[in-house]
Amino acid sequence: MLSIKNLKANIEDKEILKGLNLEINPGEVHAIMGPNGSGKSTLASVLAGRDEYDVTGGEVVFKGEDILELSPEDRARKGIFLAFQYPIEIPGVSNANFMKTAVNEVRKSKGLAPLDSKEFLKLMREKMQLVQVDKTMTQRSVNEGFSGGEKKRNEIFQMAMLEPELGILDETDSGLDIDALRIVSDGVNALRDGKRSFIVITHYQRLLDYIVPDFVHVLYKGRIVKSGTKELALELEEKGYDWIKEEVEI
Amino acid sequence: MSEDLKIIDEVTGSDYKWGFVSNIEADTAPKGLNEDTIRFISAKKNEPQWMLDYRLKAFNQWKKMEEPSWAHVNYPKIDFQDIIYYSAPKPKKTLNSLDELDPEVKATFDKLGISLEEQKRLSGVAVDAVIDSVSVKTTFRDELAKLGIIFCSFSEAVREHPELVKKYMGSVVPYTDNFYAALNSAVFSDGSFCYIPKGVRCPMELSTYFRINSAGTGQFERTLIIADEGAYTSYLEGCTAPQRDENQLHAAVVEIYAHKDAQVKYSTVQNWYPGDKNGKGGVYNFVTKRGLCAGERAKISWTQVETGSAITWKYPSVILKGDHSIGEFYSVAVTNNMQQADTGTKMIHIGKNTSSTIISKGISGGKSNNSYRGLVRIGKNALNARNFSQCDSLLLGDRCGAHTFPYIECSNPTAKVEHEATTSKVGEDQIFYCNQRGISTEDAVGLIVNGYCKEVFNQLPMEFAVEAQKLLAVSLEGSVG
Ligand SMILES: Nc1ncnc2c1ncn2[C@@H]1O[C@H](COP(=O)(O)OP(=O)(O)OP(=O)(O)O)[C@@H](O)[C@H]1O
Ligand SMILES: [Mg+2]
Repeated sequence: MLSIKNLKANIEDKEILKGLNLEINPGEVHAIMGPNGSGKSTLASVLAGRDEYDVTGGEVVFKGEDILELSPEDRARKGIFLAFQYPIEIPGVSNANFMKTAVNEVRKSKGLAPLDSKEFLKLMREKMQLVQVDKTMTQRSVNEGFSGGEKKRNEIFQMAMLEPELGILDETDSGLDIDALRIVSDGVNALRDGKRSFIVITHYQRLLDYIVPDFVHVLYKGRIVKSGTKELALELEEKGYDWIKEEVEI
Repeated sequence: MSEDLKIIDEVTGSDYKWGFVSNIEADTAPKGLNEDTIRFISAKKNEPQWMLDYRLKAFNQWKKMEEPSWAHVNYPKIDFQDIIYYSAPKPKKTLNSLDELDPEVKATFDKLGISLEEQKRLSGVAVDAVIDSVSVKTTFRDELAKLGIIFCSFSEAVREHPELVKKYMGSVVPYTDNFYAALNSAVFSDGSFCYIPKGVRCPMELSTYFRINSAGTGQFERTLIIADEGAYTSYLEGCTAPQRDENQLHAAVVEIYAHKDAQVKYSTVQNWYPGDKNGKGGVYNFVTKRGLCAGERAKISWTQVETGSAITWKYPSVILKGDHSIGEFYSVAVTNNMQQADTGTKMIHIGKNTSSTIISKGISGGKSNNSYRGLVRIGKNALNARNFSQCDSLLLGDRCGAHTFPYIECSNPTAKVEHEATTSKVGEDQIFYCNQRGISTEDAVGLIVNGYCKEVFNQLPMEFAVEAQKLLAVSLEGSVG
């Protein structure tokens, strides 16, 4: 479903991704871990098509199509969803209105008729339950004045609404309290249907107790330097990154 | 230029969508301005002598005045002798029903999406439609008459209600007030007149659609709204104008007189032709709008959505004379391409315990310039006066300008005046966030801008708010996608 080959990307002429490879099959969950500044968010942004990043080499094939030339909205419409590490506030635009616009844009790109208000409300109610988002939150402006945890929960709510094929979660667990972590994880797990894939970026093994990954990768200095199964996360939790850094530097 | 900026540029660089010229036989004064022009206008309108005298006094005053130059706008000198000061569609006959309306006029309204039938059937809005300078049709008049409400064209009011016109005309905006008010007082063509008697709550939104029509015709509207003690009315004014090349001068005067316990809500959507991308053509909109809260607890609210005109110079103001009176100003001003807007308000606190609120949202795109200019004056007897001002500017792109000129004059130490101002850019972050949810940049800009203006749109009557949002989307829409 997603195939990244030798991906290189710069920001402001500084090379951040330095030849990254990753293969994801339908239904798989891949966790990406790695020290601060290693390029995890950069990878997420590049996949989503953020314009500040210059892709200088490699390819990204999503569902058989090279997506590097596509606009961010086209990638989103094709089913790539990014849950932001730092969700953005849009004052004066209600979450509900924002989601209605988004859902209908995605539907339009698939040749589907837009949902009317009633259908939309029904869908929204269903998905609100999934991550236990309450009504006031959908009526408030997008992320404005939301607590850190509420913002993260809102990202997963939006993901549930848009039903993407690939969900990229950038540190969705940071800022969540213990209960919220479980709720959000349950929400994500409910979306695991054997076809939908996820990239879960996290610093903490704890999240992976809830969202159990098929693979764990370590991203360091713009490359994936180690891959394994969920046991790798446990090992990292215990030992930190030094041993991996040492392996790489040799 | 980044991709976003490019798109913003296209989006904000769009050409005016609603430019068209309709072909109504005009009855036109010769170009230029002298006493004869004024006599011509007055005669055309079968005015009584007192009205002509008023015009001539105003004209003599105007000749002594100088065109103001303090606004943050730039334009070539206007040749006031090169303007046609009167043009009217020929009245065919009085109309019994809308079917008798000139098909051309009707078609124009249809193109604007404001057909009178629609208005009549759907919204229960009484429409006093003004094409160029003469009122063409007034609806719902009978219903209003039952309540003693007078809603008619200004010329008709001059003929039918001279005592009211004489008493109130110029009582809020005297012809000595400023250059354009004097000009308007001398040559005003027509407009609306509205009187709500004591204790009457006007049951419908009163509405006027203005439109500039004949080529080279100045538009000098005059509106007078009087709310007697305890009366309430909500008045809507909206317009769009046809596309043309030469600049058109528009100098309207709106006066609102609110007696004790009266409330007037005045909402405007202004969409005159702004000129093309290169700044060619477009309407010069030099307007004097002022309300007087004459009695205790009177309240006047101005809400405006300004998207059109090449140049806007407009400061809807409230004089808070009555104790406990309230003035409000809610404004969204959008400038694009080469447009220039210098707009804001004046809140003049005279009475005790008076309060005013100013919420101004400026949005600039293209190479436009958008200035907020506001005055809050607290007189020495205005005990416990309160003002809250919030002036926000939003920039789309990096070649436009936003400026804020708040003036505060406070002569009473018990007053409390608060002023907040922010300037922000539509962030690439916000746009990317929308993009990532499948929303195109063009729609994202519309969404973000509409969200930004929400506080003001919330003040508009429902159907007008929807229209305003569409208008905003259209003004910001371009050839993208
Ligand atoms: N706009 C920018 N300008 C300059 N450098 C940047 C910019 N954005 C990111 N970087 C740099 O790119 C590198 C990778 O950043 P990135 O955000 O991808 O790291 P990360 O792995 O997500 O880190 P964290 O775990 O802290 O979230 C960092 O060194 C960062 O400082
Ligand atoms: Mg990060």
